[in-house]
Amino acid sequence: MYTDLVMDHFTNPRNVGEIEDADGVGQIGNPVCGDVMRISIAVDDTDHIADVKFKTFGCGAAVATSSMVTEMVMGKSLTEAAVVSNKAVAEALGGLPANKMHCSNLAADALHLAIQDYLVRSGREDEVDQILPSLPKDHEHSSH
Amino acid sequence: MKTVYFDHVATTPVDPRVLEAMLPFFSEHYGNPSELHRLGREARAAVDAARAQVASVLGAGEKEIVFTSGGTESDTLALAGSLARYQPGHLIVSAIEHPAVMEAARALNRQGWDVDFVPVDGDGVVDLDAYEQAFRDDTRLASIMFANNVIGTVQPVAELARIAHEKGALFHTDAVQAVGSLPVDVDELGVDLLSLSGHKLYGPKGVGALYVRRGTRLQPVIDGGGQERRLRSGTENVPGIVGLGVAITLAAEQLPEVGPRLESMRDRLMDGVLERVPEVTLLGHRTQRLPGNAAFSVRYIEGESMLLQMDAQGFMVSSGSACASGSLEPSHVVLALGLGAEDAHGSIRVSLGRENTVEEVDAFLEAFPPVVDKLRQMSPLYVKG
Ligand SMILES: Cc1ncc(COP(=O)(O)O)c(C=O)c1O
Ligand code: FES
Repeated sequence: MYTDLVMDHFTNPRNVGEIEDADGVGQIGNPVCGDVMRISIAVDDTDHIADVKFKTFGCGAAVATSSMVTEMVMGKSLTEAAVVSNKAVAEALGGLPANKMHCSNLAADALHLAIQDYLVRSGREDEVDQILPSLPKDHEHSSH
Repeated sequence: MKTVYFDHVATTPVDPRVLEAMLPFFSEHYGNPSELHRLGREARAAVDAARAQVASVLGAGEKEIVFTSGGTESDTLALAGSLARYQPGHLIVSAIEHPAVMEAARALNRQGWDVDFVPVDGDGVVDLDAYEQAFRDDTRLASIMFANNVIGTVQPVAELARIAHEKGALFHTDAVQAVGSLPVDVDELGVDLLSLSGHKLYGPKGVGALYVRRGTRLQPVIDGGGQERRLRSGTENVPGIVGLGVAITLAAEQLPEVGPRLESMRDRLMDGVLERVPEVTLLGHRTQRLPGNAAFSVRYIEGESMLLQMDAQGFMVSSGSACASGSLEPSHVVLALGLGAEDAHGSIRVSLGRENTVEEVDAFLEAFPPVVDKLRQMSPLYVKG
């Protein structure tokens, strides 16, 4: 039911862990099936993602999407990272089983929350809406 | 990579002796048992012989065995068939039944029947007081499974049947996981109806049987040509029925040797996991359980991840976690034990069969702790990392 690429990211996940003294941390949890994803980022002086790591509690798809999103945005600018969507992550993995699209496909949301956290922490709240037009809405996914 | 199959609760391989017995009934002996010519008579004789085999293992009479398409149909026939002649009243099932019984009960509920789902204790044993108190004047049937497919717990079936009869109700047990793995004698148990399935006991998929005690009135759920004493129309699955007869006979013959060997491997696996992996809970009753079934809840990690990681190491196991199920609902069985949703997410089931070895158990015990460790290092819920 999972593509080879999903299985590859699941069995050899990239960028597992937590960045010490991260510049931004985002966590998201899906109350329905109980997965929890936490993404931490380090941002350099030019607003590029110098490092990104994840920790995930969840199924194979949850781990694979987390791993994939870190690979997709490593070294990218915040604006580039901000437009990576959950859908793009699933597509990059060659697709996910239909029943997993909603439940496990939240990695990009966790990343966007990390970027928001970074902007807020560095006193740039006013840029949040401009950089992150697709920030997850509270009523959709409650953070654990 | 060497692979190890530890999912015998889901299904078992067809025993080569069973397959050998079945094959001629696809080719030379392809007759329809309802026909009077030679080929028809051969097929009839084979079906009758298989019926005698199943009856003999269960301590039943031949006329008390109805062949079906499997455990699900047997359960449906038991519930819907035994209640069809009554005005809607009340029926009792346990909270941990297989979906085959659960959904048959829900279907009856939609037709006006009241259904009580009797709770289980933390080990998965039916709460006898709650069970006894659930009976009403119009309770027609209690259906409590013999052995649970998720957590392995075995119920006190004889006691449950006795209580049902005292209250004037019929008693059915879904013994799909029990037959072949435990001694099952319908008279010792005192049950009126008992379901079994071929593919759980090294027989083929798509064939099963329902034991119907003499005098128990049943209406068919499938009407037609009137096969199986009118209780199950449709041309008999002759190769499947032949396979079931041989498989159940072999399982019963080997049980005195296989049962204790499975129990000792299971205990080695349970003790080994509990010893080597911190923060693991055993699911189901410690001793009152299927000889080959070990089930655990592992904290901080999710069952589907465990299953897939173990698969990558060559071990095929199962999980009751929400994420591993098509519906993304956590197992109602694990929740019925009183576990929180988070622990229900971390459930894993390892079910051994007669072809497994102690070496395979030991290899599992080597492979499992590092997988748990790897997933915990990945888990945001695990704080000790
Ligand atoms: C306890 C129990 N009842 C019923 C069934 C259904 O049996 P079958 O697959 O033969 O329809 C199963 C197996 O999945 C089972 O474990
Ligand atoms: S984490 Fe539950 S389905 Fe993916």
